[in-house]
Amino acid sequence: MEAQLNELKTQALDKIAAASNVKELNAVRVAYLGKKGPITDLLKGMGKLPAEERPKMGALVNVVREEVTARLEERMAILEEQAINEKLQSETIDITLPGRPVKSGNAHPLTRVIEEIEDLFISMGYEIEEGPEVEKDYYNFEALNLPKGHPARDMQDSFYISEDILLRTHTSPVQARTMEAKGGEPIKIICPGKVYRRDNDDATHSHQFTQIEGLVIGEDIRMSDLKGTLSVFAKKMFGEDREIRLRPSFFPFTEPSVEMDISCFKCGGEGCNVCKKTGWIEILGAGMVHPNVLEMAGYDSKRLTGFAFGMGPERIAMLKYGIEDIRHFYTNDVRFLSQFQRTEV
Amino acid sequence: MLVSIKWLKDYVNTQELPPAELGEKITRAGIEVDAVIDRSEGLSNIVVGHVESCVKHPEADKLNICQVNVGEETTQIICGAPNIAAGQNVIVARPGARLPGGMKIKKAKLRGEESNGMICSLQELGIEGKLVPKAYAEGIYVLPENAEVGSDVITNFDLDDTVLELGLTPNRADAMSMLGVAYEVGAILEEEVKLPEITYKEAEDKASSMLTLNIDSPEANPLYVAKVVRNIEVKESPMWLQQRLMAAGVRPHNNVVDVTNYILMEYGQPLHAFDYDLLETGNITVRHAKTDELITTLDGNERKLSLNNLVITNGEKPVALAGVMGGANSEVSKNTTTIVIESAYFESGSIRQTSKEHNLRSDASSRYEKGVDPNRVIPAAERAAQLLSELAGGEVLAGSVIFDQLQREEKIVNVSPDFINSRLGMKIRLDDMLDILNRLQFKTEAMNNQLMISVPTRRQDIQIEEDIVEEIARLYGYDEIPSTLPETATSPGGLSPYQQKRRIVRNYMEGAGLLQATTYSLTSEKSATQFAMKHTELTRLLMPMSEERSTLRQSLLPHLLESVSYNTARRIDSVALYETGSVFLKGQDELLNEEEHLAIAVTGLWLDNSWQGEKKAVDFFVVKGIVEGLAAKLDVELEFERGELDGLHPGRTAFITLDGRRIGVIGQLHPNEQKARDLKTTIVMELSLAELFKEQTEALVYTQVPRYPSITRDVALVLSKIVEAGTIEKLIRSAGGKLLKDVRVFDLYEGDNLEAGKKSVAFSLTYFDPEKTLTDEEVTAVHEKVVAALIESGAELRS
Repeated sequence: MEAQLNELKTQALDKIAAASNVKELNAVRVAYLGKKGPITDLLKGMGKLPAEERPKMGALVNVVREEVTARLEERMAILEEQAINEKLQSETIDITLPGRPVKSGNAHPLTRVIEEIEDLFISMGYEIEEGPEVEKDYYNFEALNLPKGHPARDMQDSFYISEDILLRTHTSPVQARTMEAKGGEPIKIICPGKVYRRDNDDATHSHQFTQIEGLVIGEDIRMSDLKGTLSVFAKKMFGEDREIRLRPSFFPFTEPSVEMDISCFKCGGEGCNVCKKTGWIEILGAGMVHPNVLEMAGYDSKRLTGFAFGMGPERIAMLKYGIEDIRHFYTNDVRFLSQFQRTEV
Repeated sequence: MLVSIKWLKDYVNTQELPPAELGEKITRAGIEVDAVIDRSEGLSNIVVGHVESCVKHPEADKLNICQVNVGEETTQIICGAPNIAAGQNVIVARPGARLPGGMKIKKAKLRGEESNGMICSLQELGIEGKLVPKAYAEGIYVLPENAEVGSDVITNFDLDDTVLELGLTPNRADAMSMLGVAYEVGAILEEEVKLPEITYKEAEDKASSMLTLNIDSPEANPLYVAKVVRNIEVKESPMWLQQRLMAAGVRPHNNVVDVTNYILMEYGQPLHAFDYDLLETGNITVRHAKTDELITTLDGNERKLSLNNLVITNGEKPVALAGVMGGANSEVSKNTTTIVIESAYFESGSIRQTSKEHNLRSDASSRYEKGVDPNRVIPAAERAAQLLSELAGGEVLAGSVIFDQLQREEKIVNVSPDFINSRLGMKIRLDDMLDILNRLQFKTEAMNNQLMISVPTRRQDIQIEEDIVEEIARLYGYDEIPSTLPETATSPGGLSPYQQKRRIVRNYMEGAGLLQATTYSLTSEKSATQFAMKHTELTRLLMPMSEERSTLRQSLLPHLLESVSYNTARRIDSVALYETGSVFLKGQDELLNEEEHLAIAVTGLWLDNSWQGEKKAVDFFVVKGIVEGLAAKLDVELEFERGELDGLHPGRTAFITLDGRRIGVIGQLHPNEQKARDLKTTIVMELSLAELFKEQTEALVYTQVPRYPSITRDVALVLSKIVEAGTIEKLIRSAGGKLLKDVRVFDLYEGDNLEAGKKSVAFSLTYFDPEKTLTDEEVTAVHEKVVAALIESGAELRS
């Protein structure tokens, strides 16, 4: 019986070694260690042995069984790992294939510029004021020191709807309305919005465009405050190393009036095609609020003074992003719009 | 305004500054120099030549063979100009010469004949064709007889000059003259201004013996000076005068016209010359025109006048449109021997109105419109008399015929140095202020901390204290102004709730995959109301530039769809755009009711993961999902009710309602509309943001995270196709009571296995009790009630 047992053991161990996969090995387990297997049979047959041999024989069978079991587990571990490796191998993907696209839109470049300017001034304590695009002649012109008959308010240049109503030609009427509404109180606002002028659309003109204006009114507001404010704006918007310069200019609603240039952000002032070799780029118009404008809105121009400035987001976007044709902003070519997806932070 | 630096030097020392540097100084002080133009740029080796002989080229009809004395030699040059002739002094570009545009002159052979250079027209020297005197416009320019043969053309005829192009703001009308610019440059460079010295000999006869004057409209014409000059010879002006005019952008004509234009440029005072004999009556009467009176102006146009127009007449008929343009009937010509020179002050409003009415602007009207210097009217007339006696051999009759009621006192502005400094945020010393005012030649008295400033009449833009602040600041230098920030009470800035919500919408739309578009507010009358939910009366412009941009839009969709078509026409098949902007509705008020809308237009594929074979075209539910998500963001309960709108698919359109108010529409474009716009399936949506943002959102308070599990039961129903899922959902919700937490459609089937006219819809119902774990029996009891209600409503359970 012992010989029979050893024979069985050798056979089992050979089959374990020969099993090449988990399935074959499981078959070996069932064949040798299963309820109907030879080792179980041997144990069952022990009843026929003399009582004194039984313990010895039982121990022997157990040793064989344990050894076979151990070798089987060992082999099983190897085969299982092999099976996993094969599975992983077969599951390999081409990781260079494109990912599942996430649909994502973005803001119009003009919105991008306007919101950047809004946020900058909000951080300096400004509020955003808006007003109607179809405006009364009074707010668009008269309240801004452009009385009837003034050459700068030619019918040819504005879209009138009736004698007294027109599409606003600038966002300044929002300032006039705000001043009137505030009844003599200090003001600190930014006014963005669409404006309209009677121009033929071409690469540099658009009958509809946007403006963003600022107005500060308070006690002892000085021209130096205007310069300081614009300087902060220029640095935040166009880079910390930007310098500004003011040049005298003329607007009916400010006195003194200035135009602000910034040192060219492309060449740094050396002279290039962006700044037309001058080293400076004209960015905005500004000035101290004309006393007539203050008085007309009910402010005491001896007590309160103010400054105002205005700029064109189209021009800023064109300079910043190198856009050559203003019509791009209103054509909505997806190949244009989707370029303004990424951040510049 | 074009300013020749050579000419400017007659009146002010420019300190030999390089032109670009002078230009920069002028710009920094307030008048923008738009361009610095070197008149001799690209010119070299150009001399005076004398044409000794000129014969036809044997091989070419249009060419001439000229023997030209160029000083050091006589050389052969072939010339094709029609006006070339022997005996002329001409401009010769020698071999090796350079002309503008990089052209280089070389020896050449033309049809077998040698040509050693080129005889030039003025255009070839870089002068604009419209400035070249008419006689030479089509050929070469002929130099005066006394020109020195072989001498350098560039230096002898003042082409070695630089012109500053000034971009003048409307307030600086004073700089529309050489003298005005001289005062400005004098103030900048701290130099004196030298006025022209006017001396001439007068005849014994008086001007008043030949001419009488009546002014019928003194309010529009408070000053009129006329001088009479006789025995003049009308001819070409000398070279220096022609060159100065061309440098200033004025075409030379003859000495009389040129003198009036020269003084216009020098003094900024428009002059006009009449042929005395053609006036016929020896009288000048200034009056308003009669209705429908006619005049033919110098440009050859006959104009019908109105009562608003001021005219110069000979007592009977108009001979000039006052301050705008002369009449053809009294024009100076070669045969003129006696002229009347007019120098007048016309009120600006009258000139502006006439100029606008006749759509006629001239150098004269543009100056009158802005107001001329009342103190230069008489000197300009005297200057004209002087130049005409010098250049036209004229005999100036004694005195002037004059009407004068013009006030011309200097404006007094009182301002304190403290005021100036407080407005600027600076500490400029009184002495520096006085120095600047002195440089400007503003007479100033300082006393009791107050400056009393007399402003010369040439500076009519200076009216109030703030104007003085600007004068001081611009000459002191804007670079000297310090940078400070307003010392106002700091208040927190920010966006209004409306503005914040607008940004939330923008961010949400972009997160959902839509690109922001911007379109025009003006559209055609035809598209103004297309897709609009509320039609109101159209708002048209009084003077549109085109029918396409004539009317204010009442819906954003027509233009947004145009943008979609623009893209698909360029083979971009999938487009997803949104826009926020105002529509313009007629309201009670004279202003319009401007309502901000949000619009969406999508076409093509919504999902395109091509290599994995996942593609999903846009459909109604893509856009509905976006709107539902937006409603959740803004915490509003939107409902969708079936509806119809022109241009949309009648079976695939819904109105969006909020608290029972229709605030928007969503739908698929009608196939006809799609075809008209050359689009494939396109879904649009438009809603009123004004309505959507109306209500204030409630404060957010968190709901406890569920501590007990929820239980889900499904029910699949067979329904008639016309029954809407929304109706069934409502029924389920009302039958489910408070334990029913959520109802969701999870399957829709409309296939062959169903009876015709039927569809199968499966709902997933979630039951939940926040207080305890629901038992199976509790859920079954409620669920059976729901099922019973469904069956009662006519639905069948799908087995």
